[in-house]
Amino acid sequence: MAESLQDAILIVGGGPSGLAAATALRRLGVPRVIVLEREPMAGGIPRHCGHYPFGLREYGRMMKGPDYARHLVRTAQEAGVEIRTQVTVTDLAPGPAVSVTGPSGPQVLAPRLVLLATGARETSRAARLLGGTKPGGVITTGTLQSMVYLHGQRPFRQPVILGTELVSFSAILTCRHLGIRPAAMIEPNGRTTARWPTALFPRLARVPLLLGTEITAIHGRDRVTSVSVRDTRGSRDIACDGVIVSGAFRPDAAVLQRSHLRIDPASGGPEIDQYGRCSDPDYFAAGNLLRAVETAGWSWREGWRMAQIMAEVLQRPLPDPSEDTITLNGDALAYCVPQRLAGSGGPSPLRGFQLRVNRAVKGTLVMRVDGQITTRKPVETLPERRILLPYPDTRNAGKIDITLDETA
Amino acid sequence: MPDTAPAPDLCHDAIIIGGGVIGCAIARRLTLEGWNVALLEKAVDILDGASKGNSAILHTGFDAPSGSLEQQCVADGYAEYIDIHRRLNLSLDRAGALVIAWNDAEEAALPALMDQARANGVTDIAPLSAAQTRELEPELAQGVRASFRVPREYLVDPWSAPYAYLMQAVVNGARVVRNCTVSGGTYHGDHWQLETSRGAVRSRVVINAAGLYGDHVDTMLIGQNTYTIHPRKGQFVVYDKPAAALTRHILLPVPTKVTKGIVVCRTIWGNLLVGPTAEEQDARDTATLDPATLDSLRQRGAEILPALAAHELTALYAGLRPATEFKDYQISAHADRAYVSVGGIRSTGLSSALGTARHVHKLCAGLIERAPLPAPHWPQVPNLAEDGPRDWQCAGNGGIICHCEKVTRRDIETALSGPLRATSLAGLKRRTRVTMGRCQGNYCVAPLADITRGRLDQPIPGADDG
Repeated sequence: MAESLQDAILIVGGGPSGLAAATALRRLGVPRVIVLEREPMAGGIPRHCGHYPFGLREYGRMMKGPDYARHLVRTAQEAGVEIRTQVTVTDLAPGPAVSVTGPSGPQVLAPRLVLLATGARETSRAARLLGGTKPGGVITTGTLQSMVYLHGQRPFRQPVILGTELVSFSAILTCRHLGIRPAAMIEPNGRTTARWPTALFPRLARVPLLLGTEITAIHGRDRVTSVSVRDTRGSRDIACDGVIVSGAFRPDAAVLQRSHLRIDPASGGPEIDQYGRCSDPDYFAAGNLLRAVETAGWSWREGWRMAQIMAEVLQRPLPDPSEDTITLNGDALAYCVPQRLAGSGGPSPLRGFQLRVNRAVKGTLVMRVDGQITTRKPVETLPERRILLPYPDTRNAGKIDITLDETA
Repeated sequence: MPDTAPAPDLCHDAIIIGGGVIGCAIARRLTLEGWNVALLEKAVDILDGASKGNSAILHTGFDAPSGSLEQQCVADGYAEYIDIHRRLNLSLDRAGALVIAWNDAEEAALPALMDQARANGVTDIAPLSAAQTRELEPELAQGVRASFRVPREYLVDPWSAPYAYLMQAVVNGARVVRNCTVSGGTYHGDHWQLETSRGAVRSRVVINAAGLYGDHVDTMLIGQNTYTIHPRKGQFVVYDKPAAALTRHILLPVPTKVTKGIVVCRTIWGNLLVGPTAEEQDARDTATLDPATLDSLRQRGAEILPALAAHELTALYAGLRPATEFKDYQISAHADRAYVSVGGIRSTGLSSALGTARHVHKLCAGLIERAPLPAPHWPQVPNLAEDGPRDWQCAGNGGIICHCEKVTRRDIETALSGPLRATSLAGLKRRTRVTMGRCQGNYCVAPLADITRGRLDQPIPGADDG
């Protein structure tokens, strides 16, 4: 039987964006705000990032991840948010009707509006097509951190780290926490994905940084014993007892995949307009579900701003949705969020188009509205890095396309 | 806690060497026939060799060589599976298969294949034009020439089934000893004494179901082998659940002399898989994944179902089939030594197992007189199939541990207890699906390491020194 929550806004996901939105919604006078969290504790990814820096922009304080997560939860609870943990959403339907399950079995919730904030996950070994055998000890940074910080486990002593995103450096910090010294940090590109000066970090931590290097095979039976790597000089083996496959985040959109909501195959998240509104206007989305991956602080602010829009929707409707998606030209452009622009209205919680590329590029981004150039922006960037492009000034926009003109 | 060591004073009616799908099915059949059975498995858990990686299809045997032992065992095994699946709670997805021709040569081969199917007793096949084929499977690529439909090719759970066979043997009195390698044995005229890593064990009959090591075991115990195992590797890619909506049928290519070819089909768990390759190799214990080959599987998948190109991979796996220099199964009885060798069970082992077990019982029925169990127990294994009831839908499940596959704490506790409890993470995966989903353990490995601490013979890395 459906639990009627007609006065409530339901938030799926208790990470930074979900908790920020929940807190803000309560402060804006929404009578009932419920956060559903599938883990035993809310707080999201920062719960198992046992290092600095978190919370500087949100709270003006430098905190470690778990402290920040606790602070998010406490602030939300003090604002009167109801947090239900160990509740997994199994289905989303028009209504809105949200099917959930937990230790006590299944249930259907019928709130007024839903905010999806289920975050992101790293790409698994399988999805990266890494070859070799399948021994134990090949894990993502997220798994490493939850093993170390939430469960007090030490999965290995001498792993290699694949990837050089921010989270990859976070993996080094996590290893150091337990006195684990990675055997190498391995990056297929010619430079680190995260910005300077993080490239200095592995050297400081006495971890060899191997750029332009690929892992060709993982070896071992029960546990990892070595990896084969290849660079321009040839192939060799590196002895190790684990592999951390870090980064390459994907929106954790599993619950959307079977729902009526449209997914943007390029971003992997829901298709939204500048208000964070999904293809069913009773559903909104915020945080890393939209575009993996941004920092906790970024997601928090996005959630906070999303609350203003959702509180307003309770009073008066938003402009009609548009059916025109933004067209991307140039094979280097991976995706654009939001994917649609509705007619003029209040401020957008997203602060412009967020774009990503799928390889190292240099050139100019050109935006056209109905064929007329409205914006030109020079870019030089790598995959996984944020590119912001302001919305066109003409807010009653027509057909929008964004082109990346690459310079040789 | 390890299984109880073999009892040296007890003389079993039969010892089965090998806990793959064939060994499990033989253990069940002989137990139901009233025999006192022990099954020895050298790995830490059952289904750890050839049986762990396959296409998860219940074949009718329509394309097996007519009149072969394989064809007979597949037909019998198929019939018995259909007969007993409800009583053991085994999954069955009545998908049906399409054998699809993509070029002139393949189209020309279809009539002979249909004749062969009819000769094998699979008479309910139906030839289809290109248009009719695409009507049944709208996502199929352009370029389909023709096909025929085999309605009774089905999808099954390849691990729950053998697990259920052995479970039924165990609850009716059979003994299972894992971590038990046979190192030698002698026939004493009326019984065998086998030397194992867990001590000596006695039995009146020995059945070799050692799969990839079948020829080695024959040589060790009877001083001869009539076949040699040539492991044939099959790599697979598995797509995330949304891809399963792209097809209804099992999409089969026109088979060649060597292989059934690359199949595209859903799984009972709601994924979609593409594979296998057929690669000869020497190693019997490792099946390595090759990125270039896996990428070509992905490309082949997208050639058959173009929409697949936009879908994400969830898992990769590789299995080894115990092929020999012969095309047919190699099953031989040595009555003078009360020994049966069950070898060369290639890719059809999952489909044929129950039939192969009946055949083996017939071969050795004269050796021991026993009355079949009058009222055997029928244990029900947990359902893991997407279309059946799962524990997460029930109250008191302890909460979901693996979010991708919706595996509950109670699912895991159940798999960690009982007479055939999981003894490794791999065994736990096969019994529950835990860590098998799109995130490949990202969220659940850490809690799993805690839950299983001290309860697996082969601990999860990190759980042993937390």
